[in-house]
Amino acid sequence: MADTFTIEIATPERLLSREQATEAQIPAKDGYIGVLPDHAALLSSLGVGVLSYITPTNETHTMAVRGGFLEILNNCVRVLTDVAERSSEVDVAKAEQDLKVAQAAVVNPAAGIDIAQALIEMQHAQARIDAAQKG
Amino acid sequence: MPSLIEIRRRIRSFKNMRQITKAMKMVSAAKLRRAQDRVIAARPYTESMQRMLANVAQAVSEQNEDELHPLLARRPEDRIQILLVTADGGLAGAFNANVIRAAQKFMAERPNAQFKMELMGRKGRDFFARRHKDITGQHTTLFQKVVRYEDALDIARKVIERFEKGEIDAVYLIVNHFKSVMAPQLKLERILPAELPTVEPGKEDMRVDYIFEQPPAELLAALLPRYVEGQLFRAMLESYAAYQAARMTAMEAASTNAGELIDKETLNMNRVRQASITREIIEIVSGASALA
Repeated sequence: MADTFTIEIATPERLLSREQATEAQIPAKDGYIGVLPDHAALLSSLGVGVLSYITPTNETHTMAVRGGFLEILNNCVRVLTDVAERSSEVDVAKAEQDLKVAQAAVVNPAAGIDIAQALIEMQHAQARIDAAQKG
Repeated sequence: MPSLIEIRRRIRSFKNMRQITKAMKMVSAAKLRRAQDRVIAARPYTESMQRMLANVAQAVSEQNEDELHPLLARRPEDRIQILLVTADGGLAGAFNANVIRAAQKFMAERPNAQFKMELMGRKGRDFFARRHKDITGQHTTLFQKVVRYEDALDIARKVIERFEKGEIDAVYLIVNHFKSVMAPQLKLERILPAELPTVEPGKEDMRVDYIFEQPPAELLAALLPRYVEGQLFRAMLESYAAYQAARMTAMEAASTNAGELIDKETLNMNRVRQASITREIIEIVSGASALA
């Protein structure tokens, strides 16, 4: 029985973290997944939301992620995401503005706009704000 | 025989040149270090992606590969898309020429195929803009600052769309990879139809029973385009790093050559000066002996 597992979070441009964790909350496509050590092998698409994990020294790391993939195998959690921002990196003012723009687009869609895309934008802005507040 | 002043002038200009090439080498070295860091930073994503794709592919491998996903469909390669990645600048030895030559050879080997070209980097654009008719895109601003993922995404999406519509039958990527500082390695890869990475030999039996949150086929459909986009992005990063390395090597060689020329001309200058001194002495001596 392992006490910890490895969590690896990578975007195409950089590796955000690769460290040990005791617990993680990951926004999968169909809802949040809680991960503890010795989780069963799992593959899923990633949704938009706030990802957080707790290290063995009881630090909580929070970040906003947007789309990608999640693999759990042999006590290693791999998160491949398109966009990821640590809570400390979020520009809250910018996120709030993005949220307003996206909300306006969803409530009052202009012609030719992709509503599904606007919804994702909205969720992403919200996730960034949430992550910043939690972190 | 050139005069002393002329030789001095030449030496001075060689020294200026050496200073410039040395400075350019330093600049490239600094840029290379940053580019290299980015190549390394991007590696975990690509590697994980590959492993994941291999695992998903294994889970769906009962079906026929061609029917799994449009991006895996093999067709006779009659219409080929070439993605040519060169650099924006020269002064890097045979860096750009090698890529261009490889593209020409590739096309010459397939006389019956039609080629569409997507040109990334100014040098490749300059060469093929006039010579090739069917150009789907020209990009000359990709490498100006840092290589951006969004740029790779835009290009990859367009190419994927064309492939899915059946406008093209295969996509090849011609690019210089960064292998070592001394020599870029030319690579020609087929990125579409995609080749599913296989699990390492000897481990085929270790099938993992995944819990699939989504049906495997759906995951595969989501993974494949990402995989192709990632490949292109990596190629661009590698090419940029290789370019800076090639440029550094070329400028280093240029500085050495300038140094050699300076030594040669200095020797020449001393010889000319010695000759003129000798001549003056002879004149004085012969003048004195004529008076005596």
